[in-house]
Amino acid sequence: MECPARRGRRRGALLGVALLAAPALAACGAQDSGPPTINLYHAPEQNLQTVVDDCNREAAGRYRIVYHKLPRDADGQREQLVRRLAARDTELDVLGLDTTWTAEFAEAGWIREWTGETKAAAARDVLPGPLESARWHGKVYAVTKNTNVQLLWYRSDLVDQPPRTWSEMIQVAQRLAEQGKPSAILITGAQYEGLVVNYNNLVASAGGRIVSEDGTRAVVDDGAVRALRVLKDFATSGVTNPALENHKEDGVRLAFQAGDGAFQINWPFVHPATKAGNPDVFRNMKWARLPGVDPGQPGRATIGGANYAISSYSRHPGEAFEAALCLRNPEHQKFSAVKDGVPPTIESVYDEPEIAEAYPMKETIREELKDAALRPVTPAYQNVSTVLSTLLSPPSAIDPERTAARMRTELQDALESKGVLP
Amino acid sequence: MSIVRTPSAAEEARGRTGRKPSAGKRAERRLAWLLCAPAALVMVAVTGYPIAYSVWLSLQRYDLRFPAQREFVGLQNYVIVLSNQYWWQAFWVTVGLTVVTVAVELVLGMALAMIMHRALVGRGLVRTVTLVPYGIVTVVAAFSWRFAWSPNTGYLAETFAQGEAPLTDRFASLAIIALAEVWKTTPFMALLLMAGLALVPDELLRAAAMDGANAWQRFTKVMIPVMKPAILVALLFRTLDAFRIFDNIFVLTGGAQGTSSVSILTYNNLIRGLNLGIGATMSVLIFLAVAVIAFVFIKVFGTAAPGSDREGRR
Repeated sequence: MECPARRGRRRGALLGVALLAAPALAACGAQDSGPPTINLYHAPEQNLQTVVDDCNREAAGRYRIVYHKLPRDADGQREQLVRRLAARDTELDVLGLDTTWTAEFAEAGWIREWTGETKAAAARDVLPGPLESARWHGKVYAVTKNTNVQLLWYRSDLVDQPPRTWSEMIQVAQRLAEQGKPSAILITGAQYEGLVVNYNNLVASAGGRIVSEDGTRAVVDDGAVRALRVLKDFATSGVTNPALENHKEDGVRLAFQAGDGAFQINWPFVHPATKAGNPDVFRNMKWARLPGVDPGQPGRATIGGANYAISSYSRHPGEAFEAALCLRNPEHQKFSAVKDGVPPTIESVYDEPEIAEAYPMKETIREELKDAALRPVTPAYQNVSTVLSTLLSPPSAIDPERTAARMRTELQDALESKGVLP
Repeated sequence: MSIVRTPSAAEEARGRTGRKPSAGKRAERRLAWLLCAPAALVMVAVTGYPIAYSVWLSLQRYDLRFPAQREFVGLQNYVIVLSNQYWWQAFWVTVGLTVVTVAVELVLGMALAMIMHRALVGRGLVRTVTLVPYGIVTVVAAFSWRFAWSPNTGYLAETFAQGEAPLTDRFASLAIIALAEVWKTTPFMALLLMAGLALVPDELLRAAAMDGANAWQRFTKVMIPVMKPAILVALLFRTLDAFRIFDNIFVLTGGAQGTSSVSILTYNNLIRGLNLGIGATMSVLIFLAVAVIAFVFIKVFGTAAPGSDREGRR
């Protein structure tokens, strides 16, 4: 951004002035003609531009949304947003946030609270789990865009009935291995958020807690220790894929698709992907709720997905709230669900016929969403996640009591942002 | 290189000012200071201020996510970092990588410098080809190393580690990081050493050969001593650079499996963790470590610091 420079000045002076007046110079780049531009920052999503165009048409000249793609990986997205918000960048309006960032952005004062009419509109007909992910300290800071839960996918040609618990699943896999059939249980075991999600599923299924409800204390109770034991048992039972410690979502999907496993725990995107990738495996690919830890207790699944929040530094908050609501209205949630494979957060959308076609597993998703598990809610979630993935990796090296003790001290530091992050 | 040559102009200037300066000389001196002042002020603004600000930040508890809890905590952040196992792990990884890569680079760089120096035909071509790795952006090169070592898709992984994922193993990862680093910066080392080689007079070598010194003796007894200042400068530059290693690790492993360097750890705490206090503390510690390295090189080994009048003090 540069104003037409006046000539005839000495260079040194100009440089000095430029250094001091950089913020002032920036101001002359802004032009106030036409409808206000609402800058949307969201992860790359193939058909989101269509939704944006649709909303721009509906806005009829009141505002114009411009979609800026953030990096593909969650860390990269967060880094760009955080860096610019910390610098009070006014060019950000609507932010696509991962569900785990709400507390952090709200506590730092980077996103606006939703109040009055917009708050009511944001909550209308939204499933309880996703709705909770948009709140912090009882206030609403975002509107739900889409949700996500993992399911247990299994091969019906190898397994008659989906296992209800992890120990049952491990036994079935061991039996398959003895018969020389594909037997591996595939999960995301690399040292990253995916491993934390698996652990969080197990903790919730065992009725445990990692962090206290108000997000201030590291609890790591009995259930959390039992979850560690399950993860350790699984990793040392001989039913894992050799690449467990390297597997992220797509690695797991590809291994299952290649026929290298009997089970996988993964997000619903694997359904259309496997259909296109290997019809032979797809024919026998069935789904079920995640296995639990205790018999009679169904497994609980961690909520993923994205929310829209409005930047505190936005110059057009009114239009931004309106734009965010439009981008995720029932019609657009349905469109994104069918086109981009992101499950809706508005309950009535699940009853649409197009959804039934695109999501044969929608009832299982809904069931899981009803008692879904949240990840620890704290502004320091990034710290918590880093500490957890470091301590859980590699899963075979977990020593339940000792790992739990380390978790308690290191998580407490992480929650207070006191210690050093690995 | 002019750094090594130690032009005598500076010495002359000092000699002159040593005597009683006349009024004209004094005016000249004042003018010189005035002419330097703008540059010095800009330097203070762009380097002095950030350094001072980092030190100030490192004495505070300051996390962007908890702006209300900002307070002055004295040296507490230093206690936290210096008693933390992740910091020391990263520190020793950094030291190890620095020592190994600089040592390998020195040997390879010397060989390359000899080749470039002695090349009879296609001298320009040889020098250009040698410098290609240095001309490639580190991140781009790091990505190609990463793909090369990825199972299934990478040609190096398929050739040397079939069915394994070398980048998920700690020592294999560190070796690959060192390899990428050596590949990338050996040409730089070679360039600096070649400048030193140009200093070795041919007559000296011929005289030594006449006295019956064989090639190895000529190398160790004649070339190395004459080149010593150039070698030390090259080592100093590379050590300072290597200690701040970041991009190769960032792309290759992201610091997983205990491969974090101190820079990666700082980045994780500062940019990802948004903990300005702890992050600034680490930056200051890296700054101190780099300062110690430079001090040791200049005062103990007698490296000629760029801009100093002599080859340091021996």
